[in-house]
Amino acid sequence: MKNIIVRLRNIEKIYGGKSVIDHLNLNVARGEFLTLLGPSGCGKTTTLRMIGGFEDTDGGQIFLEDKDVAGKAPNHRDVNTVFQSYALFPHMNVFDNVAFGLVEKKVPKAEIKKRVDEMIELVQLQGMEKRMPSQMSGGQKQRVAIARALVNRPKVLLLDEPLGALDLKLRKQMQFELKELQKKLKITFIYVTHDQEEALTMSDRIAVMNEGRIEQLGTPVEIYNHPKTKFVADFIGESNIFEAYIEEKKGNRISLVMESGKVELDAPDFEYDEMVYVCVRPENMKASMEPRDGFTLRGTVMEHIFVGSTIKTIIELPSSQLVKMTNPPEDEVIPVGTNVYLHWLPQKTVVMHTREDRVYEIIEGAGNEKEEQ
Amino acid sequence: MKKKKIGFRPLALCYACLFYLFLYLPIAVVVAFSFNTSQLNVTFQGFTFEWYGRMFENVQLMQSFFNTLIVAAVSTLLSVILGTLCAVGMYRFKFRGRETVSNLLYIPIVIPEIVLGIAVLAFFTMVKIQMSMATLIISHVTFSMPFVVITVRSRLAGFDPSVEEAARDLGANDWRIFRRVTLPMILPGVLSGAMLALTMSLDDVVVSFFTTGPDSMTLPIKILGMVRKGVSPDVNALSTLMILGTVLIMLAATFFEMRMEKKEEA
Repeated sequence: MKNIIVRLRNIEKIYGGKSVIDHLNLNVARGEFLTLLGPSGCGKTTTLRMIGGFEDTDGGQIFLEDKDVAGKAPNHRDVNTVFQSYALFPHMNVFDNVAFGLVEKKVPKAEIKKRVDEMIELVQLQGMEKRMPSQMSGGQKQRVAIARALVNRPKVLLLDEPLGALDLKLRKQMQFELKELQKKLKITFIYVTHDQEEALTMSDRIAVMNEGRIEQLGTPVEIYNHPKTKFVADFIGESNIFEAYIEEKKGNRISLVMESGKVELDAPDFEYDEMVYVCVRPENMKASMEPRDGFTLRGTVMEHIFVGSTIKTIIELPSSQLVKMTNPPEDEVIPVGTNVYLHWLPQKTVVMHTREDRVYEIIEGAGNEKEEQ
Repeated sequence: MKKKKIGFRPLALCYACLFYLFLYLPIAVVVAFSFNTSQLNVTFQGFTFEWYGRMFENVQLMQSFFNTLIVAAVSTLLSVILGTLCAVGMYRFKFRGRETVSNLLYIPIVIPEIVLGIAVLAFFTMVKIQMSMATLIISHVTFSMPFVVITVRSRLAGFDPSVEEAARDLGANDWRIFRRVTLPMILPGVLSGAMLALTMSLDDVVVSFFTTGPDSMTLPIKILGMVRKGVSPDVNALSTLMILGTVLIMLAATFFEMRMEKKEEA
């Protein structure tokens, strides 16, 4: 495929006999902003470092524009990295930091000056060329690190939790700026983070990783609205996840039995007698005083938590499972202790198989050819 | 934490004065007698620059002084190069026996110098190498290199490895990474290691005594020999000049270090 700039094929990484990356397949399209998202230890940084050339693969291939880059050192790959710790050269000023890569490539002095100046302007650090890294704030250092990588015009920019050390407000601003920068320069970004909100706001596509594998690959909307596994539903945003048994199927309509009640909804892909997970986002959860058609879930209102833009209500089911529900603050608040009926729009339900055939689903989700059994 | 300001405390002041007197009085005496008209280091009789002139006429003394400078310069240079490479290598690579290698390095520092001297002498005799300037330099490298390794390693301890990775990512090869990133960052450690090596070599008596050849007598050994006949004032004069030289080097080093720290922190 012409549009694919980075192709990971069955890559593996083993540390001390333990597999940390397990036959991972991933295609990154030219110019896209792809995020590797997952909890710490899921292998996202290792994957990034293998693309950058800082770690060897223990199996599989990495293609950069259809060229196998296995065994090539980072200085021979057309990618650049923005490190979590910025990794600025402490003994060089901003200008020299940014110019480093160009000096190494023996670019003529006049051109270096021109390109570095352009880059410094792009990241809005004009007038700071002579500052030393130690004289700068975290946000400014981050900009230097980004400029230092981008000035080399890499085919792909790898970013390893670049905003992890910044405070919330600055992080939000930098998220926006990074996204703008990426759109403007049309450079492919592969971005590693454990912050799901960051991933959702910035990415064109997200690869949710867990235990060395990609659980799901898709656009932020797909990932949020249609998680394919319990892990994804749990990790991205808040979810109410119920275990359920399909006791009946009529046409597309299935009847689910849960510990605390019954639900009926349309789910064509599921069969009678199957165990499934049912996932409902808190913002889709509704409570009422009267039972609704198709729902027999009951619970007791336990607590209201004011979280600014919404009010979060915790409802306890007879099984002692806690259900989260968020409502706009102007909605009427049901008093604590009231018994309520839970319901939601059936089309807002996500039903997931319990068996973990994740590899199939990744590939289907990405719209790529099947590569593995 | 802010340090508490203390008022005038006579006892503490007295103690401090005595402390510094103890440290510097002997040195002051040497300096004073270098300007003494009397031959004997007993009473101060009058002021003269005579011994400074005599000193330059004393060929043997001058020769041993230059020997000392050459040995110190060459052994410091070698110690710095070998020690820095060793420290960087041990920082960068994890290999079997790394801890052992690291511990072995400290042995030359810990064992008594006399043992080291005899050991080096025995070794050179065994492999049938004539004592000369070369053997002297080699033996000096033996005891000063570990100090360079220590100072450079302590500098490397707080070193963020991703800085080197960043340099590689930006297209630098191993040599360029070392030249443009690693070395400038560890330079303060290298310099203080060099200072240590230099001073150790300049005034070494014990090891040099065993490994020096007939033509490479160093100043400390020469002076030691002269002491038997009583210290002549031209030695005082030379010592005074050396003190001056050392103080100047130290001031320069401090100044340089302060400037570098300012650059890093400010």
